[in-house]
Amino acid sequence: MVLSPQDKTNVKGVFSKICGHAEDYGAETLERMFTTYPQTKTYFPHYDLGKGSAQVKAHGKKVAAALIEAANNIDDIAGALSKLSDLHAQKLRVDPVNFKLLGQCFLVVVACHNPSILTPEVHASLDKFLCAVGTVLTAKYR
Amino acid sequence: MVHWSAEEKQLIASVWGKVSVEECGAEALARLLIVYPWTQRFFDNFGNLSSPTAILGNPKVQAHGKKVLTSFGDAVKNLDSIKKCFAQLSKLHCDKLHVDPENFRLLGDILIIVLAAHFTKDFTPACQATWQKLVGVVAHALAHKYH
Repeated sequence: MVLSPQDKTNVKGVFSKICGHAEDYGAETLERMFTTYPQTKTYFPHYDLGKGSAQVKAHGKKVAAALIEAANNIDDIAGALSKLSDLHAQKLRVDPVNFKLLGQCFLVVVACHNPSILTPEVHASLDKFLCAVGTVLTAKYR
Repeated sequence: MVHWSAEEKQLIASVWGKVSVEECGAEALARLLIVYPWTQRFFDNFGNLSSPTAILGNPKVQAHGKKVLTSFGDAVKNLDSIKKCFAQLSKLHCDKLHVDPENFRLLGDILIIVLAAHFTKDFTPACQATWQKLVGVVAHALAHKYH
């Protein structure tokens, strides 16, 4: 899956509009993921996953920061997320199927808060981008 | 049989009550064809699908989207017998239409995004969870008679 120049423009556009809320969006993405796909909670046995959890907020902030970093370096996502890719391969080993679930929830968050940004074309670009991020993070798994 | 809590039933009914089947159906199908262009393979006879604008304005897409979401409404009205409700449609999608069941999951996810954009803050995490469960159950039912 290759990001076209238009895809890159669309993705950068989304992130420039939401960057002020990125942390909140990250936390909400996780909250929705844990609620909608309870199996994803198995990766966080050491967390308090209750509503308003400080740990989920902090982790959401990290997730959002990584997505922003990828968007800011959209010509070389693999390079930008190389260390994160190592981390996921060697330590975290989150099953690849879960990145799609996170991606779905992130799209829902963007749709809920900024429906007018998410035109069908932008939706397509953002979905491709999230797939690309998932691919990078699981690239070194085997 | 799938169990639906009282809260889930309420979340389903309250959302469905405010949905325009015609608008949401058309939008969901159009987005499916735009976001996952390989799904266009099932619609060779739909005419112009050459661009997002063409897809969004395509009357066949709009009509079919409405048809699909109207059918989805049968699940909403028959939450306790969704498999039975979609048995014939499942056979049709397998034997005549030859649709990979993965496409039902893709459309389900797209429908969620359309609902989220429509309901914005009212589309709470609990609401999303319930509706993702529903679209999953519908997708499973549509795949149930595959052989």
